[in-house]
Amino acid sequence: MESGYSRVDEEIHPQLLDLIPKERNWFVKRDDDHNIEGRSRSRHGNGDEKKLELRLGPPGVEDWSLSDTPKSYKSPAKASANVPNTSQKRSAPAPVVGWPPIRSFRKNIASSSSKQAPPSDSQNVVVPDNVAKKEKTMETCQKGFFVKINMNGVPIGRKVDLNAYDSYEKLSTAVDELFRGLLAAQKDTSGNQEQEKAITGLLDGCGEYTLVYEDNEGDRMLVGDVPWHMFVSTVKRLRVIKTSEISNICLGSKQVKIRH
Amino acid sequence: MAYSFPEEVLEHVFSFLSSEKDRNAVSLVCKSWYEMERWCRRRIFVGNCYAVNPKIMIRRFPEVKSVELKGKPHFADFNLVPEGWGGYAYPWIVEIARGYPWLEEIRLKRMVVTDESLELISKSFKNFKVLVLSSCEGFSTDGLAAIAANCRNLRVLELRECEVEDLSGHWLSHFPDSFTSLESLNMGCLNSEVSFSALERLVARSPNLKTLRLNRAVPLEKLPTLLQLAPQLVELGTGSYSAEIRSDLCSSLLEAFSRCKNLKGLSGFWDVVPAYLPAFYSMCPRLTFLNLSYATTQSPDLTKIVSQCHNLQRLWVLDYIEDTGLNALSMSCKDLQELRVFPSDPFVADANVLLTEQGLVSVSEGCPKLQSVLYFCRQFSNSALTTIAKNRPNLTTFRLCILEPRAPDYLTFEPLDSGFGSIVQHCKNLRRLSLSGLLTDRVFQHIGTHAKKLDMLSIAFAGDSDLGLHYVLSGCESLRKLEIRDCPFGDKALLANADKLETMRSLWMSSCAVSFGACKVLGQKMPGLNVEVIDERENLDSIPHNSPVEKLYIYRTVAGERFDMPHFVRTMGKDNRRFK
Repeated sequence: MESGYSRVDEEIHPQLLDLIPKERNWFVKRDDDHNIEGRSRSRHGNGDEKKLELRLGPPGVEDWSLSDTPKSYKSPAKASANVPNTSQKRSAPAPVVGWPPIRSFRKNIASSSSKQAPPSDSQNVVVPDNVAKKEKTMETCQKGFFVKINMNGVPIGRKVDLNAYDSYEKLSTAVDELFRGLLAAQKDTSGNQEQEKAITGLLDGCGEYTLVYEDNEGDRMLVGDVPWHMFVSTVKRLRVIKTSEISNICLGSKQVKIRH
Repeated sequence: MAYSFPEEVLEHVFSFLSSEKDRNAVSLVCKSWYEMERWCRRRIFVGNCYAVNPKIMIRRFPEVKSVELKGKPHFADFNLVPEGWGGYAYPWIVEIARGYPWLEEIRLKRMVVTDESLELISKSFKNFKVLVLSSCEGFSTDGLAAIAANCRNLRVLELRECEVEDLSGHWLSHFPDSFTSLESLNMGCLNSEVSFSALERLVARSPNLKTLRLNRAVPLEKLPTLLQLAPQLVELGTGSYSAEIRSDLCSSLLEAFSRCKNLKGLSGFWDVVPAYLPAFYSMCPRLTFLNLSYATTQSPDLTKIVSQCHNLQRLWVLDYIEDTGLNALSMSCKDLQELRVFPSDPFVADANVLLTEQGLVSVSEGCPKLQSVLYFCRQFSNSALTTIAKNRPNLTTFRLCILEPRAPDYLTFEPLDSGFGSIVQHCKNLRRLSLSGLLTDRVFQHIGTHAKKLDMLSIAFAGDSDLGLHYVLSGCESLRKLEIRDCPFGDKALLANADKLETMRSLWMSSCAVSFGACKVLGQKMPGLNVEVIDERENLDSIPHNSPVEKLYIYRTVAGERFDMPHFVRTMGKDNRRFK
């Protein structure tokens, strides 16, 4: 029976069951009590010896990766559901579903201590498939959804957290804030401080620049056509390109489609 | 009875009884008291939404103003309850909307709450005042928008650790300009950014606002503005506590905090930039509650903070505080009643964090009022447990989680039986206990013998045999909630103590050794129980009867078996029901 306890218990069980009367009287005779304890003690005695043999460090130093780690965390269910064979990055034993007992939003605190870093893979949190997706989404949501954004003419890209906005207008404003200074710095060749010019009209084709994005199918698309949350669910990266270049792209490349 | 008081007098007397236990007792005295009490009961608490159905509740208590419901079992918090299990609020809301049009308060915990439910709430109760959703899921910010738009007299809107489908922050803007009654707003678990100007205006027109818990998306730069508008705040949850270091922000934060003379509780502190921590030092001596469990700042900063919080009663913190910080806590915070220490990096074997059993031992020595402990750490010993037990016999809640399952006493390699034994022996008022580490049946013998006031027990990776479970079920007289995972407990103990289960709210067992056959027998013999097997394997019907179930949830009920279950949940043994 795979129920998370060691095989030694199966040796105990037959004897124990014999000792217990069929009726509901569970008050076992003193002898049996001692037997049970004796058995438990000796089992742990053996355990002691085992641990002494395996322990490499001085007493008090925990070295549980070498010790007799529990035989299995398997429930009667398919083992793969609960104990994955994913590679472990650290020397901890295989992660167990729901252990340690902390809420999902308290996991990965150490790894996300740099502000709102994108979630490090959720592989160190193992859950059955039906929950994993939802959890992963939750963790992604909670940590911020960052996509790269580049601007033509600016060699350094930025990253923008799309979870921080709920509309195209706000995104457009954010893009302006991100790149206004950088763009001005690029244009400035004479060493004089050039006036920073606002980047406007990103969404309606009227400005000098237009916002486009690459979606999950690899296509390059104009930003603004679909409802915001649909956009957020398909966008992979953003790009600010010169509005005049759009027609060049249409004429030049077969791979890039721009749909109106 | 000819000599009893007139009804009005009795009603008046009963109105002073607020505890539901007292009211339940009163209602059992005689028929006339039962009748009188049911008409003047105003608050209902239903600990398991499947234990009773709403029609029964409304029929018995016609004039209720406040309803509190709990749904899923506690282990749902740790993903042990599969999606779709149940706990739906909607059927309750529908009945309550019909039966209690003057309802003022709804509190739900671990329930599935849909946008339809929220809309129904917002439109059904003219005098609705309080909505608290804890660990709920199933709704989006659209539902919140309905609440904001329609609940004219709302005082409290608290979302505690809920999973919300965050479509946008626009919901907050739905509070009308005429809405000024807000006293408490907790949106800490939401992700998207709300319109800051809408938030600002809401705070400005809410003179009674006492509790404000912001979400992470509210930047630190905006905090001073909000505090200036609400200097009367008693509880504040900051948003992200991070910004580029600017002296003007430092000083405006400092100034804003110092104006909040009533501030007693602080939380939030995501993304802490330590340079901004001193901004609230002036508040520390007044604080009674401090939640730093998201503050990823190191021991020296944390120590500095707690050392100034001389009136602190409750502290939640990460293990970054380390033993040294806890030692400082034990010397500075003599009023401490509750301590929770969470793991910063629970999935590594070695975390480079110097938090050991010693930290908790220090606090148990130095804090005479310590009652409630939740402690995650990597090592413990019997001697430490015994010391803690002797230091603090007044403990009522003791939840120890040693991160490695079945970890023995790190000094002696023995099981931790005697240590936990000391806890139950000395702490005679212990109501809640969570065990961890290497444990044999012995510890359950101690628990069954001594833990007579124990109300809730959580067990994982422990015990040797059915005897362990038997000790608990037969010995713990006050036990109402028992949750067990990965223990070798099987049919015998369960069947032998079937009667006990009817005195409890619920029993959860997962990855144990209880068979389908035993569940069926139990369900057949005990009509007052629902014995639900949760098992996601295919071909469930072809699994032999003596094979163990994946998960088992048993609860007492007067509502009969439920019919809103997914395919992987079955109520066992109900084909021979004698009642409808």
